[in-house]
Amino acid sequence: MTNETRMVAAIENGTVIDHIPSEKLFAIVRLLRLEELGRHKVFIGYNLDSQLMGSKSIIKVSDRYFTDAELNQLSVVAPNVTLCIIRGYKVTEKKRVALPDTLRGIVRCNNPKCITNNEPMPTLFHHTTGSQVLRCHYCDKEQNISEVKLI
Amino acid sequence: MPRNLVGIDALTRDKILYLLDMAREFELRPNRKLLDGRIVATLFFEPSTRTRLSFETAANRLGAKVIGFTDPKVTSSTKGETLKDTILMVGNYADVIVMRHYLEGAALYASEVSPVPVINAGDGAHQHPTQTMLDLYTIRQTQGTLENLNICLVGDLRYGRTVHSLLMAMRHFNPTFHFVAPPSLAMPDEYKEYCREYGIHYEEHEEFSEAIIAQSDILYMTRVQRERFSDLMEYERVKDVYILRRDMLREAKTNMRILHPLPRVNEIHVDVDDDPHAYYFQQARNGIYARQAIICDVLGLTLEDIRHD
Ligand SMILES: [Zn+2]
Repeated sequence: MTNETRMVAAIENGTVIDHIPSEKLFAIVRLLRLEELGRHKVFIGYNLDSQLMGSKSIIKVSDRYFTDAELNQLSVVAPNVTLCIIRGYKVTEKKRVALPDTLRGIVRCNNPKCITNNEPMPTLFHHTTGSQVLRCHYCDKEQNISEVKLI
Repeated sequence: MPRNLVGIDALTRDKILYLLDMAREFELRPNRKLLDGRIVATLFFEPSTRTRLSFETAANRLGAKVIGFTDPKVTSSTKGETLKDTILMVGNYADVIVMRHYLEGAALYASEVSPVPVINAGDGAHQHPTQTMLDLYTIRQTQGTLENLNICLVGDLRYGRTVHSLLMAMRHFNPTFHFVAPPSLAMPDEYKEYCREYGIHYEEHEEFSEAIIAQSDILYMTRVQRERFSDLMEYERVKDVYILRRDMLREAKTNMRILHPLPRVNEIHVDVDDDPHAYYFQQARNGIYARQAIICDVLGLTLEDIRHD
């Protein structure tokens, strides 16, 4: 762990999301709805030095464990983040995220004539393991994961 | 869960053949009061006189009553009503909803929220499964089978959803396709990929030649529309290349039939109309039988019900 990473306050219990590309930090804040967490303490390190990535960001959420479904959403914007589950100041579990088979209400369809862009409704995309494309459930248009726009 | 017909890809081979058998019953005897007392709603968020008349004729021949709208300007969607609200409202009144919409995926979404069956009568450039069913019906009617046929698709293969849906539906029947189109309107890669995935043989041609026509069992013509071209020079160059004239049919097989989804503009010269290979007007009539079958099927009537009527 680098010095700068340590500068972001240690948490006793909770979740650490590390190795976030800095430009994706706020997208991840939105995806996890951190602004709606209420009284949970959240520590964010932005634009930290990283030997691996040049610049990275980190989020530490106190007393909150996310479901796999919540965490897997992150793979849409940042497939290489690392997740640490913290209990009693110790890392008790490390995880990677994986793109789920279906993504509901996260990604926008890039087809302007798609019903999902013209009706108040959640989007739905399908993904086949190993593939780099998402297919819109409604209009069938495919888009590359690297090009997705979030809702 | 109501039964729906939203996309042709959802139909199995057996289901396609079953619906064609059902349509055959209606060809033999179109007027039946099987749906006496039922109400069919035709919601046309985008005008399409031909498709609407075909559906309404099908419903009327089954004894159903028809409600609906044809001009989106008079409906609430211009007042900001959501599609969901419109469908939930009409779902209170009608036993089945036939809908045409300019947005892609609209029919699938409608089917998810509707309390009654939804039939897709075209959703943007996406799907138009009843057109495909009438195409399949016509092919089987004229060839006696759907198996092992040589099908030549001509014209706009890039944007033409009818040819895309036909290609997908034919995957069950071991066809050979010839794609004849200018480069800018060529069959999209995703459909060629689809062919490879399902082992469908295909060849691509830029030239529309007598030799290709001579091999064909079905010659499926489509419109080459000016507005599809970003380069109008190219349109001027190719617009007359994909026109079928009677003198191109000299070597055609006797069983070959010419199909077209209609309306035709100039891609089939009128001198072809009297040729025995011409079949596009009969094809349009088959749309009634195919749609009678589809309406009955989504309402839960079986082939047995229809045979014993
Ligand atoms: Zn879409």
